[in-house]
Amino acid sequence: MAELVIETHDLTKKYGDFTAVDRLNLSVRAGEIFGLLGPNGAGKTTTILMLLGLTEPTSGSVRVLGMDPARRPLSVKARVGYMPDLIGFYDELTAIENLAYTAKLNGIPRGELNSRIQDVLERVGLSHVANQRVGTYSRGMRQRLGVADVLLKRPQLIIMDEPTQGLDPEGAREFLKIILTLKDEGITILLASHLLHQVQATCDRVGLFREGRMVLVGSVPELARQVLGGAYRIYLEVDGSRQELAGSLRRLPGVVNVITRDDRILEVEAEKDIRPDVAGSVVSAGGRLLRLDAETQSLDDIYSRYFQEVEHGAAN
Amino acid sequence: MAQQIEQTRTKAAREGSPWTGLWAVVLKEMADHLTSARMRILEILIVLTAGGTIYTALQSLRENIGQDRFIFLRLFTTARDPIPAFVGFLLFLVPLISIALAFDAINGEFNRRTLSRLLAQPIYRDALLLGKFLGAFFTQAIVLTAIWLLIIGLGLIGLGLPPNVEEVGRSFLFLLATIFYGGIWLALALTFSITFRQPATAALASIAVWLFFTVFWEILADLLAQVVRPVRIGFPQEILAQAQLAQTLGRFSPNTLYAETMVALLQPSVRSLGFLLPSQLQGAIIGAPLPLGQSIILTWPQLTGLIAATILLFALGYVLFQRQEIRA
Repeated sequence: MAELVIETHDLTKKYGDFTAVDRLNLSVRAGEIFGLLGPNGAGKTTTILMLLGLTEPTSGSVRVLGMDPARRPLSVKARVGYMPDLIGFYDELTAIENLAYTAKLNGIPRGELNSRIQDVLERVGLSHVANQRVGTYSRGMRQRLGVADVLLKRPQLIIMDEPTQGLDPEGAREFLKIILTLKDEGITILLASHLLHQVQATCDRVGLFREGRMVLVGSVPELARQVLGGAYRIYLEVDGSRQELAGSLRRLPGVVNVITRDDRILEVEAEKDIRPDVAGSVVSAGGRLLRLDAETQSLDDIYSRYFQEVEHGAAN
Repeated sequence: MAQQIEQTRTKAAREGSPWTGLWAVVLKEMADHLTSARMRILEILIVLTAGGTIYTALQSLRENIGQDRFIFLRLFTTARDPIPAFVGFLLFLVPLISIALAFDAINGEFNRRTLSRLLAQPIYRDALLLGKFLGAFFTQAIVLTAIWLLIIGLGLIGLGLPPNVEEVGRSFLFLLATIFYGGIWLALALTFSITFRQPATAALASIAVWLFFTVFWEILADLLAQVVRPVRIGFPQEILAQAQLAQTLGRFSPNTLYAETMVALLQPSVRSLGFLLPSQLQGAIIGAPLPLGQSIILTWPQLTGLIAATILLFALGYVLFQRQEIRA
């Protein structure tokens, strides 16, 4: 079993009567990218603050890199990089000056200072604007400067809170690329986000948050099996008698259900990927197949399905 | 057993020094202050007032060089219509500088969204807050010392006399008192910058407190004294008791403390900051200056009061900041 970088046990945080985090049991293994998912206000940021020792838990225990962040905050914060959501810099200072401040706060020796700053700026592709005031930076550049700021201390774990929020698609893509290179270096990453596509594209495992509790954990396919019941959807656009076609499709082995949508679309729910059989069946039944799509199991579906179910259950 | 005690002790203790990273914060703050446009405006303002008041003071002092043993100290206190003395200006310029340096110390970081990033570095909140305070305090000390040297320099040229040792000592102590008088307003503005999320609110609150002490406190102290110790019959004891209470209350204002220190240090002939009964003056040579040591003893409560108020206000801000939630 891989070494655990983050381990919480029944972690709870209350603000007065409001429970922000409720008996959270989270474990993140070394070297993985873990996604914390959930709507705003679900307790993601509070959890992160407790991991860093910036807020004290009401009850429960936290271990980050084997240490208690409330007792040994300096050691934890020296090894863990934190990128808050909507990261801020001193606009009137240049990128180098901003990073130099962080470096001094981290106690990086003066002799290494310049080479380390140049190094991290190069890695996030900001060397050419290193001497510009940060006030002139675009949102994407600030976010990359945030990564440079975090890398300066050579962290073992990086925690990012909504890192791609407000980035344009190109900026977000580049940003995710940087995250993946960090993983290749063996840095563990905890990513809190509500942008599902990006989480799905980068994370090894995800945890789904709802009202302070982590309701689902696992890799995306695992969650799909849990929530969507392993269903596999195939969409067909056909020309011909849809009733007849639906009838012959139902007889195929592995088909659970066939739904006729508007004029030309048929939706086949199957246990597994039976696209060739479906296509063959349509053709042999005399229909003309115009288009065939298989839906990949996306976090979007899992997410919306799960919350629908929960709300539905709550309403009853 | 012993091991167990040792364990609980290490468990209870906070790791590392609370001042880790303190000097990084102090130096950054000072660099920010000294290069900021805000500071430049204040510098121009204070140099203009110093130059103007010293120039007019020199005009009137030149006539009686040689008659006064403490002519250098007169540079600070001589007023000539329509311009008040330099010390008069300091009484409201120093709070202005201090408030301007600190009113956005913490909420500014919060609004720039740099606070959580800063606190995620391996430092304690202690270091950040004290660093902010010391950065502004040293900046202010540098500015005031520069002005002080400037005035002495102008005095050397204008009067053509070197200051004597006692004058240097007295004016240096006066400088020290001025710096701590600024410290009070600095700590106050810093505390408001923790309590109020908007820098403008914090600035306004600081100025409101300053106005209260400058304009209203004296009136209020008199009123309170009249209520608590009314003069019913008109005995001298009654009048004295009322006046003493009014004075004690008045000393809760940093302005009063500073003004009294100023008087005792810059006017060696002042023998008491309270009331003197004729019986207490028996054998005294009226108008003869006190030695420096005696003046220090005279103003000791005021000096320590200024320093204590600075420390108390900072401690209040410290407690508030430690308890504050970082998230929005």
